[in-house]
Amino acid sequence: MGSTKVGGNFIRGQIKGLIGDDAVAEAMRQINPDVVAAYPITPQTLIVEKFAEFVSDGLVDTEMIHVESEHSAMSACIGAAAAGARAMTSTASQGLALMWEMLYIASSLRLPIVMAVTNRALNSNLNIHCDHADTMGARDSGWIQLYSENAQEVYDNTIQAVRIAETIYLPVMVCFDGFVVSHSLEPVEVLPDEAVREFIGEFKPLYSLLDVDNPITVGPVDLPPFYMEHKRSQWEAVNRAPAVVIDVGMEFYRRFGRAYGLVESYELKDAELALVAIGSAAGTVKAAIDVARSKGIKAGLLKIRMYRPFPWATIRKLLEGMKAIGVMDRALSSNGEGGPLFTDIKAALYESEKRPKVINYIYGLGGRDITITQILNILKQLEAVASGEAVEPVQWVGLRTKAGVTFS
Amino acid sequence: MPTARELVRRKPVLVSGHRMCSGCGAAMTLRQVLLSSPYPVVIACATGCVEVSTSIFPETAWNASWIHSAFENTAATISGVEAAYRALKRKGKIEREIKFIAIAGDGGTYDIGLQALSGALERWHDFVFVCYDNGAYMNTGIQRSGATPRGAYTTTTPAGKVIPGKVHPRKDLTAIAVAHNIPYVAQANAAYWRDLTTKAEKAITTEGPAVLVIYSDCNLGHGHEPSEAIDISRLATETCFWPLYEVVEGKYRLTYRPKEKLPVRLWLERQARFRHLFEPQNEHIIDEIQREVDKAWERLLWLCGESKGESSEGVDKGA
Repeated sequence: MGSTKVGGNFIRGQIKGLIGDDAVAEAMRQINPDVVAAYPITPQTLIVEKFAEFVSDGLVDTEMIHVESEHSAMSACIGAAAAGARAMTSTASQGLALMWEMLYIASSLRLPIVMAVTNRALNSNLNIHCDHADTMGARDSGWIQLYSENAQEVYDNTIQAVRIAETIYLPVMVCFDGFVVSHSLEPVEVLPDEAVREFIGEFKPLYSLLDVDNPITVGPVDLPPFYMEHKRSQWEAVNRAPAVVIDVGMEFYRRFGRAYGLVESYELKDAELALVAIGSAAGTVKAAIDVARSKGIKAGLLKIRMYRPFPWATIRKLLEGMKAIGVMDRALSSNGEGGPLFTDIKAALYESEKRPKVINYIYGLGGRDITITQILNILKQLEAVASGEAVEPVQWVGLRTKAGVTFS
Repeated sequence: MPTARELVRRKPVLVSGHRMCSGCGAAMTLRQVLLSSPYPVVIACATGCVEVSTSIFPETAWNASWIHSAFENTAATISGVEAAYRALKRKGKIEREIKFIAIAGDGGTYDIGLQALSGALERWHDFVFVCYDNGAYMNTGIQRSGATPRGAYTTTTPAGKVIPGKVHPRKDLTAIAVAHNIPYVAQANAAYWRDLTTKAEKAITTEGPAVLVIYSDCNLGHGHEPSEAIDISRLATETCFWPLYEVVEGKYRLTYRPKEKLPVRLWLERQARFRHLFEPQNEHIIDEIQREVDKAWERLLWLCGESKGESSEGVDKGA
């Protein structure tokens, strides 16, 4: 699993230097959605700007709606998707927070909207840099959430998201780290336009508001006699999502040679210590693991690609044999313990007989960098935990304290 | 323009069986507006009386495609539907001529829906925004809105010992719509069916955004018998509290002029929401309301080119 290239008779694209935002815009150009409704917000703005260029240059057939807020962006996508159009948008941070009401409506109306989210911290205080507070806050909105480590994954996930959404009639959020990925120039293999269009296929909606001879009522009042059954069917769809995400990932691999699953494991097979991470930090963790391995430390990484729905069984199987696990959270939760990923990982391990020690590492809030040295120090602590030393279950990485910056 | 006979023979879009109150102004308003469309329509509806009383699952009173998503975003939702239509039509996936209508009460228009409405008008979507204006949040039990008239009792502006109902006058949504320089804006009243259906057809067939602000009686919220709905609605216009006019490409035109402009108290006294104004200590508020109505009417006449002279009192030439 993971976005590693494997040999074979694959359709090849062209390597281009793209920042993450441009990778999304490029994928959107190839997808050529019927409707894009978006509102600019740092660090997502470059997506909107780039896509507007495509519209102005006639490279897409899209109706682009320059809405007056993110709330209206999602509302317009809902209207467009209910009218049988392929609809896309993108946002970040406060914009996602403003959309919150509409996120639930999009998923409950079973509309296959795809949205790229550049992860950014939430106010207050104002901070435009990366953390995962925004999308973590939307984790139970009924959207499928895919996270991306780098610009290539953002591009690949955006394309796959269209297939996933339209297969299962659920909206998909493609998340990637603000600035770290959105504004970093990386080599990205851009597939041929035709190959992308063939992969996603034509959207043939089950229902459309525009089928005026067969009128439909969408989003009615739904009182106690039926509301629960509708929620049940939505819940069942969400639970079917992992199989669809795996299928689409396999199909993507067969055509283009980059494999995607629900998670990616790195040096995990014989590992005794595991780190769990989401997003761009996974790249830094991989580099740290290479260093650790060269020193004989058996460490590995579990990178979460699909965070919602949470791949419980897969994660349990991959982590239950570890001696100690460090869960890296780039967001806080008010759960009274640690970050959201921490409690989810612990819950995933509850069914296991072994239940390894799990420590939470809060890092990178508001865009604070995390270094290879810090990750090696985390592994050092996990070694101690593995040999029985007791440490506080929630640790903060790179935090200024009177005794200096933690883990540096 | 179709005759009344022709109108009622058209296939209704909003059919009987809905749960709106007897004598409901919104139901009369929407029936007339929707019958006026020569084309099939797709509707986006805000949360509110009309939405909750027409769509209780598994039944629907809508004979046309209809979507409700939330309260404040009707104009944004219809923007998406209309953009989808344009995209799919361009791609040859759809050929029919379809018209798009957004429906909201005054809460979903004057207050929480104003931002989305303004955005959709500025973006020039081809749709009609229909506000059935009953002057308060009636669906949730008569709370004040930006459309509630001065002096009115609502459950959030009760007529108390110190404060006699709503303190400030309503905002002029029609003027706000006009300020977007859109091709068609009109103020109408369900009691004047010919005027209303003519305006609705114009709005629907106009290319680009159009707004209809329609006085819609609510016997529960206004406090009178259901059978009085049309009479009291008529008084709103005959007193010039709710004048009927249209603004086509920025040009104002009065579409109905009362033979004799009646005192506003004749409209106020029929409604329980204004009852406290007739107590001696509050009578001065009626005078203030009359002054406001007079001033707005003079200004409107001037805008419509019907004022006696430019020196008319209260005329704002800067409009």
